[in-house]
Amino acid sequence: MATITLQNVEKKFGDVFAVQPLNLKINNGEFIVLLGPSGCGKTTTLRMISGLEAVTSGNIMFDSKDVTWLHPSERDIAFVFQFFALYSHMTAWENIAFPLQAQGMMRHDIKQRVDDVAQMLQIEHLLDARPSSLSGGDQQRVALARALVRRPAAFLMDEPLGALDAEFRETMRAEIKRLHISQGATTVYVTHDQIEAMAMSDRIVIMSNAVVQQVGTPAEVYHDPANLFVARFIGSPGMNLISATYSSGSIRLPGGNQYAVPDHWQSKLQNGLPANGSVIVGFRPEAARVHPEGRLAAQVYADDLHGGYSMLHLELEHGTVIHARSSRETSYPIGTPIKFDLDPAMVRFFNPETELAISNGRAS
Amino acid sequence: MSDVRLDNISKRFGDKLALSDVSLAIKDKEFFVLLGPTGAGKTTTLRVIAGLEKQDAGSVYFDGQAVNDLQPADRDTAFVFQQYSLYPNMSVYDNLAFPLRSPLRRVPEDEIRRRVTDAAEKLRITKLLDRKTARLSGGEMQRVSIGRAIVREPRIFLMDEPLSNLDAKLRESLRVELKHLQKTQGSTTLFVTHDQIEALTMADRIAVLDDGHIIQVGTPHDIYDRPATTFVAQLVGTPRINLLPAQRHNGSFRITNSPLDVPLPASEPPPEVVIGVRPEDVRPGDGAYTGSIALIEPLGVETILHIRTGEQTLLSVVPGTSSFRLGDQVPFMLARERLHYFDSSGKRI
Repeated sequence: MATITLQNVEKKFGDVFAVQPLNLKINNGEFIVLLGPSGCGKTTTLRMISGLEAVTSGNIMFDSKDVTWLHPSERDIAFVFQFFALYSHMTAWENIAFPLQAQGMMRHDIKQRVDDVAQMLQIEHLLDARPSSLSGGDQQRVALARALVRRPAAFLMDEPLGALDAEFRETMRAEIKRLHISQGATTVYVTHDQIEAMAMSDRIVIMSNAVVQQVGTPAEVYHDPANLFVARFIGSPGMNLISATYSSGSIRLPGGNQYAVPDHWQSKLQNGLPANGSVIVGFRPEAARVHPEGRLAAQVYADDLHGGYSMLHLELEHGTVIHARSSRETSYPIGTPIKFDLDPAMVRFFNPETELAISNGRAS
Repeated sequence: MSDVRLDNISKRFGDKLALSDVSLAIKDKEFFVLLGPTGAGKTTTLRVIAGLEKQDAGSVYFDGQAVNDLQPADRDTAFVFQQYSLYPNMSVYDNLAFPLRSPLRRVPEDEIRRRVTDAAEKLRITKLLDRKTARLSGGEMQRVSIGRAIVREPRIFLMDEPLSNLDAKLRESLRVELKHLQKTQGSTTLFVTHDQIEALTMADRIAVLDDGHIIQVGTPHDIYDRPATTFVAQLVGTPRINLLPAQRHNGSFRITNSPLDVPLPASEPPPEVVIGVRPEDVRPGDGAYTGSIALIEPLGVETILHIRTGEQTLLSVVPGTSSFRLGDQVPFMLARERLHYFDSSGKRI
């Protein structure tokens, strides 16, 4: 297993940055997710770590060894792709054993390794089958087994669950995470699905437009997004973000609402906002609490059941709708006037010009 | 707007029975969702209503009048597809006006203007009216497609997975807007989807289809809280419901390969059942059962805990961040009043 270090790694195609200079240290045994929309540079980053893509400049280290110009086969990594890429003329067993045979491993040892990994993934009964007779999920299990059997220094996974249907993704997500916990292999995992990233990772690297937006644990990126992009991208729905104006301890929100800013924020807003006081107030849907004596007022725009809870959509004024998690036991017709409060510990502020979060002073 | 009734509709494609004796009554102004996996018969149902497909048996009624012999154009329905079929070289305005300018309709230009600006306002695309549709984003194009259905003021809206091609964030916001629009317009809408969250969040009522048959019709609460079969139970809710086989054991049910004893339901149950427990009804922290934390998935707003007991792993959802750690032994309970019992064929008891 290995620590992976990226030092000023960048990638240009012609004049265009696919990845702007990037610094990242992936700890030994860590599960890191590269997350972002398509075209953000996450897959290019993964391909540079693997050696499938050459860096334009910068260095990549596996532990203390510089692998920047090593061929992929010399980097001791295993790759899992979205498309299973199994050999159709081989059985599952032969597919899994293939990388070991290619290394010239002894027959007896190969059998031992394949049996171990098959047991771990619970695919013993599939070993004689050819890929075409397996379900998508089982094919992906075989592909995983083939990656795992080598016990490489690092696993690189490029949207391995992207082709699976929703119910199976949930199962495989948990299986991969469980495997990671038992194996402790350094893993770099690419996805555009923020739920997958939150559920699986130790830390998330969020990218957009070739630039890293934030690196943090799931809790950090969820509660303390570094900027508006992260605030919107993480969560479903994303953070509520309302344009407003700050002036001497109070924020004027749409619909004639006033929000009294907690004391410890006041000097930070004073210093961190543009001179005209314009601010974007951010809060997660669970931070808004409907309450008959709430200090904020809105009208119900829509109210919908999500299963175990409901989501209330509240219109502050025409065109400004926020989302509030609410109990499934009560429902409100459209147009109902609603009062609510915000949990002060969950309110965040952003500078609309820089789009950056105003720091709350905590390390994040 | 109109109500719609389907009486005993059957439809075959070659050897395949696409719809088997489907009967439904959709109320005027209702948002009615057809939910099911691929091949369930959802789209065929919609196409039969539109007249794009002729049923082999049964009848379709709009406001009590049989429309079986009417051509699609005479049924006055508006279809919105997954693929937006807009004219790329026309402006948004002309795309919206297009159906009204048909020689069959002969709507006067000032009436067209009124309807187009009205629809654009509702869909928040007023600023796009002069733009060519080829230069719009996916979400904007789908708004225009919906707008083109609205300007016609049809008796019934038929929507076939209109949000499926959009990315997750856009789908979320359009879902809310579409629901708001439907409720404020009071338009009768049939909406086909395979996405359970679209069905739960948007529908007044849902019909669950599987393999050409209707399995259950009900409000989102009915479908989620009283699923008629294990198929329906698994179709809605994420993470998925825990389904646990159990046997009669000393006056209660013992969940297979586990130490969990669960009380009997009020009715007289068979000796073997499948017990369904929604993840939010598996409540750790207190209770008579114990298990160990096998996996933790923090999603921000909530945390999914995998709780292992005996040979069973139960999924539990708790709000916010959980303080449990991997391997912790935790007491937990199952919300008794929210347990689901199914017989061995999967039918709700």
